[in-house]
Amino acid sequence: MILSDLVTLLEGEVLFPEADLDREVPCAFASDMISDILMCTKEPTLLLTGLTNNQVIRLSDMIDLIAIVFVRGKKPLQDVIEMAEERGLPIITTKFTLYRCSGLLYNAGLRSCKI
Amino acid sequence: MPEYRFVAEGFEDAVRKFEEQKPEAEVKTQFVIPEKDFNTAGKGSSELKNLLKRLGVDSVVLRRIAVASYEAEINVAAHSKGGIMYSTVYDDLIHVRFEDEGPGIANIEQAMTPGYSTADDLVRELGFGAGLGLPNIKKNSDAMRLVSAAGSCTKLEFLIYFAKIS
Repeated sequence: MILSDLVTLLEGEVLFPEADLDREVPCAFASDMISDILMCTKEPTLLLTGLTNNQVIRLSDMIDLIAIVFVRGKKPLQDVIEMAEERGLPIITTKFTLYRCSGLLYNAGLRSCKI
Repeated sequence: MPEYRFVAEGFEDAVRKFEEQKPEAEVKTQFVIPEKDFNTAGKGSSELKNLLKRLGVDSVVLRRIAVASYEAEINVAAHSKGGIMYSTVYDDLIHVRFEDEGPGIANIEQAMTPGYSTADDLVRELGFGAGLGLPNIKKNSDAMRLVSAAGSCTKLEFLIYFAKIS
């Protein structure tokens, strides 16, 4: 699956215009706790989360995130969006819940990230 | 002072040799971690990862180093009155040491238990406080040492080798 397919599936909104949506998404991880997300050290992954503070973007300096999907209609503040933009990290918001997003993506064949 | 020490299986000889021989460092860096400053917290680990990337360290090893370092950096920002992160790069490994201004850990065994956390509401709202910080550092390190007591400074250090020891 490429990122633009995922945006369509989740009826998402891309939060900065120049985001690279041709990126291949091989796997995903979903959590609202930073230490859980930091379990993803084995491979680059998509992250689904309800956290919108600057530390979520900083996580992408530690582990390799392909993109971040903010669930439940959450939208980060402008300075956080700019942090993502500086890193070339696509960020997307969707009104769907974490459970629904995970179900839709799993059904579409997206596997779980190795931890 | 109470101490927790861990050496990953297969790394016992390498770690002993490193401690005995005290090899010469290739690069040294340090980074100040202010108390409860979650705008700055994590920058030190981020810079360290960039430095190691330039030195050609493998990407999986890089992520392990960055995660261990980030968890420790957040611990200093979230739980102490501030501290310093010292990184020393050697030919085949990295040594990272964190020293804070206290107030120390009352029970190290408890702090090492996955799920145990003393994080306050501010820290939890940001998504921290899962009680996995120290366990995550241990999981990603080849050796780790934590020294602390209530009312004292906390020292935490870890070693990660750039390649598997055969």
